Amino acid sequence: MNKRFEKSQKYAIAVLAHVALLLVWYLFVVIGKVPHFIMPSPVATFETIFTPTYGWVNNILVTATEIFGGYFLAVIVGVGLALVFSWSNALETVLMPLLVSLNMIPKVALGPLIIVWFSYGILTNSIIAFSIAFFPIILTTARGLREVEPDLLDLVRTLKGSRWQIFTKIQLPGALPYIFAGMKVASILAVAGAIVGEFLGSSKGLGYVMLQVQVNLDTAGMFMSVIFVTLIGVALYGMVVGLERLFVPRDARVQ
Amino acid sequence: MVTEPFIHLANVRKAYRKGEEEFLAISDVTFDVMPGEMVSLVGPSGCGKTTLLKILAGLHAADSGEVRVGSAAHSFDPARDIGMVFQQPLLLKWRRILENVLLPAEILGLPMAESRDRALELLALVGLSGFEDKRPYELSGGMQQRAAIARALIHNPKLILMDEPFGALDALTRENMNLELLRIWRESHKTIVFVTHSIAEAVFLSTRVVVLTAGPARMADSIPIDLPLPRRLDVKTTEVFGTYTRRIYQLLGMG
Repeated sequence: MNKRFEKSQKYAIAVLAHVALLLVWYLFVVIGKVPHFIMPSPVATFETIFTPTYGWVNNILVTATEIFGGYFLAVIVGVGLALVFSWSNALETVLMPLLVSLNMIPKVALGPLIIVWFSYGILTNSIIAFSIAFFPIILTTARGLREVEPDLLDLVRTLKGSRWQIFTKIQLPGALPYIFAGMKVASILAVAGAIVGEFLGSSKGLGYVMLQVQVNLDTAGMFMSVIFVTLIGVALYGMVVGLERLFVPRDARVQ
Repeated sequence: MVTEPFIHLANVRKAYRKGEEEFLAISDVTFDVMPGEMVSLVGPSGCGKTTLLKILAGLHAADSGEVRVGSAAHSFDPARDIGMVFQQPLLLKWRRILENVLLPAEILGLPMAESRDRALELLALVGLSGFEDKRPYELSGGMQQRAAIARALIHNPKLILMDEPFGALDALTRENMNLELLRIWRESHKTIVFVTHSIAEAVFLSTRVVVLTAGPARMADSIPIDLPLPRRLDVKTTEVFGTYTRRIYQLLGMG
């Protein structure tokens, strides 16, 4: 069998597994006669998509903006700071322990403070998403930039290569797999961060929807919110994996 | 007509300081290398072989003594005339083999079109024709080391420095690579300085073997090897070969 066939077979199995999960969910609710307010059936859940009062499109856009905004900020600041650290040992020695301590603060606990400072809204939730997502990126990037074979540096030095050449030809491409490893972890954290922010205080977004419908024991609406949040996360993660495939050859990827 | 040596070392000494203590890396190193010679540096771990190689590469400075590379007849530009091969191939994982071979040419800013042609010729010379578009992980250890040798030759340097280049290969591959290196050396007319742990490898490959001892770190002798060229593996079973290896074992206090 050729490779392409094997690949499409894998995708088919993945799709089937998801369909099977929906089926199990459906049968569990129907056969078990589970009350609607404990667990809705898949049909009831998906029906909520067509109920205009949820304002799905708007709320999805809000939450997605918070997640992607916080995430991109985390990538830019995380990679940027790691680069600065790799250029200045003194800065790294002073700031890194500080960052490690700051990272130990549970970001959820900072939520109320951030709301006081920035009021609630998209910006606040982006900042919470950023604050959670940024740390794994700076850690893995800094590590990747350090992982240069000393002998390889010697090779460039015998050719009187510049620091810029070492950086662009060896250090940065060598660090890319590490950067992507951090970015993958961060994508999951950014989703969690934005939702936590919405729980703490918001007037829009999927987290806000969940809190609103909870009052009415509208579990179908809650389920659908969770599914939408998950889909946003999947889209973000898929984007990162796609970029990784584009820029990092298979062998060099950090698993 | 008397040819001037290409490399001239006299009473070279180098020590490393670690706090209060001083470690002598090499001392009493005195030998000459004629243009086109293949010289091995042999000795136990800690005898300063690699230090000496780095001094020749211009990566370290000697504390005292005379180090001269190049002569009136054979000029030497330290930025362009050194090719290095290490124990690990150190190919860049994200580059194809051809692009890996081209790295020194890029760093030196050599014209790319010509360098590509030369890289293809060199890949043919090291027996890697047809592998130029492969990634390093698709090649065996021995083949990766061949690519590393081609990379060391791309900028047409006058001096090739090799630090235990076959140390990580299995015994049979290693013997094969020895034969290949002799062929490449004869076809490229380079001056090669070769560091090795293996006495048999040193005698088999070289026109001269420099024996270094550890504790105290000093040069024991510099022995011209008068074995016929081209060499075949069966030279290792001859009486003369045995005499050379015995003498080196004795110098290292193992005879």
